Amino acid sequence: MKIQSVEDLKAIAAQYRKNIYAPDRIKVNIGMASCGIAAQAKASYEKALERFPGNNGVAICQTGCIGFCEEEPLVEIFEAGKPRLVYRKLTADKILDAIEGYRDGDYPKKWILGQMRDPRSVLDDDIANPLKGVAPIAGIPILEEIPFYKNQVKIAMRNCGYIDPDRIEEYIARKGYLAFLTALNEMKPAEVIDVVKRSGLRGRGGGGFPTGIKWATCAKHHGDRVIICNADEGDPGAYMDRSILEGDPHSVLEGMLIAARAIGSRQGFFYVRNEYPLAVKRLVTAIKQAKAYGLLGEDIAGTGFTFDIKISTGAGAFVCGESTALMASLEGNVGRPRAKYVHTVEKGFRESPSNLNNVETYANVPPILLRGADWYGGMGTAHSKGTKVFSLVGKIKNTGLVEVPMGISLRDIVFTIGGGVLKKKKFKAVQTGGPSGGCIPEQFMDLPVDYQKLTEVGSIMGSGGMIVMDENTCMVDVARYFVEFLKEESCGQCNPCREGLEQMHDILSRICAGEGRLEDIPLLEELGIMMQRFSLCGLGTSAPNPVLTTILYFRNEYESHIRDHKCPAGVCKALYHYEIDKDTCTGCQACSRKCPQEAISGDKKKPHTIHQEKCIKCGICYDACKFDAVTIR
Amino acid sequence: MSVAQPLAHTPTNDIDIMELDHIIGEEYVNDKENLIMILQAIQRRYNYLPKVALTYLSAKLGLPFSKIYGVATFYSTFSLEPRGRHIISVCLGTACHVRGAERIRERINETLHIANGETTPDMRFTLESVRCIGCCSLGPVFKIDEDMHARIPTDKVVQILDSYE
Repeated sequence: MKIQSVEDLKAIAAQYRKNIYAPDRIKVNIGMASCGIAAQAKASYEKALERFPGNNGVAICQTGCIGFCEEEPLVEIFEAGKPRLVYRKLTADKILDAIEGYRDGDYPKKWILGQMRDPRSVLDDDIANPLKGVAPIAGIPILEEIPFYKNQVKIAMRNCGYIDPDRIEEYIARKGYLAFLTALNEMKPAEVIDVVKRSGLRGRGGGGFPTGIKWATCAKHHGDRVIICNADEGDPGAYMDRSILEGDPHSVLEGMLIAARAIGSRQGFFYVRNEYPLAVKRLVTAIKQAKAYGLLGEDIAGTGFTFDIKISTGAGAFVCGESTALMASLEGNVGRPRAKYVHTVEKGFRESPSNLNNVETYANVPPILLRGADWYGGMGTAHSKGTKVFSLVGKIKNTGLVEVPMGISLRDIVFTIGGGVLKKKKFKAVQTGGPSGGCIPEQFMDLPVDYQKLTEVGSIMGSGGMIVMDENTCMVDVARYFVEFLKEESCGQCNPCREGLEQMHDILSRICAGEGRLEDIPLLEELGIMMQRFSLCGLGTSAPNPVLTTILYFRNEYESHIRDHKCPAGVCKALYHYEIDKDTCTGCQACSRKCPQEAISGDKKKPHTIHQEKCIKCGICYDACKFDAVTIR
Repeated sequence: MSVAQPLAHTPTNDIDIMELDHIIGEEYVNDKENLIMILQAIQRRYNYLPKVALTYLSAKLGLPFSKIYGVATFYSTFSLEPRGRHIISVCLGTACHVRGAERIRERINETLHIANGETTPDMRFTLESVRCIGCCSLGPVFKIDEDMHARIPTDKVVQILDSYE
């Protein structure tokens, strides 16, 4: 059937709401986004499907990522009138017992992350809580209260982990496409732009440009306007967009449709990085289903409005996340940025006015239209409204994706939501903004997270990657790492970036190899300032950030490398070695058994020794020792 | 290692023209804008980009060979040389780096005696590095073909390599 009106949507929603909130047979939602699959969720899914093929009271379904990636495979089991439980680390060997246990009223506490008390999204404020009449189970934490979830507000990720991304009807059942049909039938394009402007939504890809203003400017220019979704997500450590595309592709489609309506466009593009094949697969299905319902294509909802979407893939170039390089790549060319004397909203793809927004930005648009600009603007800080999805990764206990209102402190994110540093090691810094960002040390952890505050300490919000670093992370090595990455990804056309990164890399490599000179530090600073001022595009101008912030906040590590030839963190191989402390070693042989070079000798229960001439500093013994007897010298 | 003779690194001249025509002309409707995706389809088929295929593509699409060469060498996923049966992609993204990805890469270097971008003489493995697969919470991560290996301790790497023919 072709959806023609809001009433058609509501009919489908009514039909499928029961299935997602109060199914009359046991529903098992297995997290099958890339994280889940990497944690072997597919094996769990197949084992469950084999036992419960679908006609015996249990439905095995797939869903996206509910955010707590550390605990994957995450599996939700629920049934009308019964508690809704989220199980953690449910590998193939446990899943059948978990399902049968649920059926029999047996809930093993060790396997359960928490019980959900309210599965509704931020858009479902008009329906009653389906779990209201269900008594909670004693002794099982409430999911919404555990530290990881307590401060989260899910807007962009509102449906991830709650619906099957391959079923458009489930998206519709949670108010999907309602905003778009309202925008199409009941609002003028200028009104839609006005709502987005007043909400204060800013680009979530890292640029932070006010979305409403971008739309308004694009709408003013004449030509075959195009709507482009930047799904390149090149920042290493950031995977928010992947999660949204894999878990709720329709939220992005709807955002693009609303943009197309507001700006006046007939053609949309997705530019997806090629490292995300599952995201591409889910998008292909989503587009097909939207077309079948008449929400995409010609004469949408009988209004004459036409919009089509094409998916293009990247081929491994970080620089193609930059808007002009992306558009060049979309045209089948090499991804070289151009200077932006003329902005892409005026002349972009095929020299036409182009509106480029990030995945997360589009996903925020339907809720803004449905609940209003004031609702969205009521969250966040003065200049950064709404919520932001962060990927909390690195040396942190609770790794995963978190969506929090802007203005929350870094400390709350890392220590409350994140649970603090892994293995009780000492916190050193949190790196934000990817290769364009900087490292923020302990003294700034009470900073509220927003676009402005992070730039004040030398970093940027960026796309949302937050990498936690501990005492075993060498900050000079981190700087070298980022410069090496950017040097390889630089398109090479402008001198400041191409030559600047080459020289910075040489200097930093020398320092890490123990051949640094004290004058290297001011030289790095000088190179950095030169690149910031004169590079052609954002890659070059922001490349010095990791180097300059590490020099600013961790100068002692640079000096240690140069003056003392020591790497205190135990990373730069030429500048440290491992030694076993005779007083702490218990002779348990955990290290000698694992050493690939057989470089450790010692009798059982007697202190061991590392033979330095054989040692390749692979770190296996350091990780294996449970008594901290292997020390860095 | 069940092959009697090691396969040579020689690029192939054996191209299926009809299949290429289908990819270029039908799947990608002879559109120059689809160049990157056409190259990806060719690489999926041959495991690398054979020069003869690129020459044919140039004629078919009406693009200078230099342009195609430029695109093939700019984007890092393309290989102009034959690759091994199994592609190992070690994620060197920041989160994985901080969690010890370098050590995983070293283990692989030491065991297979190949550096980044190289292929073992018996064409069994090609080692590539990737900057982010998007599974950052489960770092360090490396992929072999389509299999994702997450949170592997350094001492278990060799075991995993051995399981691939």
